[in-house]
Amino acid sequence: MEATSGRRIVIEPVTRVEGHGKVTILLDAEGHVERARFHVVEFRGFERFIQGRPYWEVPVAVQRLCGICPVSHHLCAAKAMDRIVGGEKLTPTAEKMRRLMHYGQTFQSHALHFFHLASPDLLFGFGSDVNARHVLGIAAKFPDLARQGILMRKYGQEIIRLTAGKKVHGTGAIPGGINKNLSLAERDLLLQDLAQMKDWARATVQLARDYTLAHIDMLGGFGSFPSNHMCLVRADGALDLYDGGLRAVDAQGRTIFDHVDPQRYLDFIAEEVKPWSYMKFPFIKSLGPEHGWYRVGPLSRISACSFIDTPLAEAARQEFMQVAGGKPSAVTMAYHWARMIELLHAVEKIDELLHDRDLQGTDLVVKGERRGEAVAIIEAPRGTLFHHYKVDENDQVTMANLIVSTTSNNEPMNRAVESVARQFLDGVEITEGLLNHVEVAIRAYDPCLSCATHALGQMPLDVQVVDAAGQVVGRRVKGSKER
Amino acid sequence: MTRVLVFGYGNPGRLDDGLGPALVEALAERGLAGEITLESGYQLQVEDAELVANHDVVVFVDAHTSCAPPFELHRLEARSETEFTTHALTPAAVLALAREHFGSHAAGYVLGIRGYAFDDFGERLSPLAQSNLAAAVQFVLQALRDGRIDVPAVAGNPEGDLHVRA
Repeated sequence: MEATSGRRIVIEPVTRVEGHGKVTILLDAEGHVERARFHVVEFRGFERFIQGRPYWEVPVAVQRLCGICPVSHHLCAAKAMDRIVGGEKLTPTAEKMRRLMHYGQTFQSHALHFFHLASPDLLFGFGSDVNARHVLGIAAKFPDLARQGILMRKYGQEIIRLTAGKKVHGTGAIPGGINKNLSLAERDLLLQDLAQMKDWARATVQLARDYTLAHIDMLGGFGSFPSNHMCLVRADGALDLYDGGLRAVDAQGRTIFDHVDPQRYLDFIAEEVKPWSYMKFPFIKSLGPEHGWYRVGPLSRISACSFIDTPLAEAARQEFMQVAGGKPSAVTMAYHWARMIELLHAVEKIDELLHDRDLQGTDLVVKGERRGEAVAIIEAPRGTLFHHYKVDENDQVTMANLIVSTTSNNEPMNRAVESVARQFLDGVEITEGLLNHVEVAIRAYDPCLSCATHALGQMPLDVQVVDAAGQVVGRRVKGSKER
Repeated sequence: MTRVLVFGYGNPGRLDDGLGPALVEALAERGLAGEITLESGYQLQVEDAELVANHDVVVFVDAHTSCAPPFELHRLEARSETEFTTHALTPAAVLALAREHFGSHAAGYVLGIRGYAFDDFGERLSPLAQSNLAAAVQFVLQALRDGRIDVPAVAGNPEGDLHVRA
């Protein structure tokens, strides 16, 4: 129990995000919110799980980390192992197959998040009846939207299956390349539903845009704040979810660093350890830990890139930036609009790739000079993902360091929760309204709290009020037990 | 012919959390893939509703943290959950989505296999979980041979729930 001068309110775990987490709201002696912390039960031990394995196993093994974005870990590990085998300059077929896999992953992940996690909050309202504010409530009141969400998710999963070999734990990406191309029959299968997916993606961007603009005054005061942003960009500054150099901008959009080689990330990014959290707090070295925290993910990518190289998404980005006054948006809930712009971008890139005959090429793998250390960065659906490995002369991994997007968004999520708590906490009672407003703010980041076990009988929502003496003075449990 | 789906879910990289996929793998090794549909995944997801809708009987298989060993079989009612906790859906919610969107009338069960170790990374089952898995595999094989996991048999159960101890 942490000693404080006031009271501590604990909310755990947060619902509708991956894995387990809890929220602690610290009150001062007068009962006002002093600060808030979003605790994450991180995947401690995962590096140990990887150490000792031969490097070629890693792109498959890392998928054990997460049930929601295994493809991001698969591809990021494969990119690192490309460098280990000296095969980082992939053949056109290999790079395009991987990109197709990645855009399929982004498409399904963003669709799932919007339709089945965020839309209940947006369409029913943050304070609406909790008994209807879930995906089945959406299914009942907006059946077409719920069905779209299912089919968009399924389409992305099909792309993953056809590029990675299977929907879960694919083996498509291997060090130096890919182990299969896309047959014409597979391509034609994906082309069948492409036009429908694009239409739905356009409509979804419109829905997210309209929601944001209709509620912009309220959203501007909801868990929002200016911040630094970081993401990968292509050499010409374009949004690039698969590869590129690191760019960081400040709250005004001014460049902090640009086109940083991923191999040099430790020259620009450091991680702070805090005693109350297992999770590290990354920051931009040149700004220090107090001012160098930053956001990642759709809001950051749309805000920091120079342009998007697909026409529909670029038009949407321009309007987004215009609304934000030409600088990075401070509105946390604008993550949803930005996420849908990326959804549209992903399907535009899928369209582009499916019409590229390089996908039917047969030159799949390259190798070169062997290295002992490699860093890879990819833009996962939730944000920038770092994989850093060392491999010994026996081909065994001796060191693995991962910085996942949720880690980068750790400080911003704390700030969002704190802002919401200040606004909605009245006394020490954890009302349903407070709970959900906190969760709405966290969900905007679409955090992934590592792939926790989920066995039957686990995962209640346990809310506790603890006083300064460590006594539980109030408790609220929202269970979701299977039975 | 009754179309049966056995869907094991869990993370095989988290010790006993992998009991569901392990059961599916064991059934596949016994050559059942041609007779019934075998599927496994980390979690249940929205698109699984469509797969469920293509079957008459669905058995969701997961690790269980607290049931009496070796396992429990539980008749499932489609249910609009008031809460769900992760990106994953519960079996009841998947069944409800299958009914809502795909007109499914599938009978659903949850087979919970008792596990013990969940708090570390590792692709192995604890010894007790292995024993429980073996019992569950034998139970499913016998049930399929007997046709006990079948729509008519279930419909005849006056309790609506079928609790089985091996």
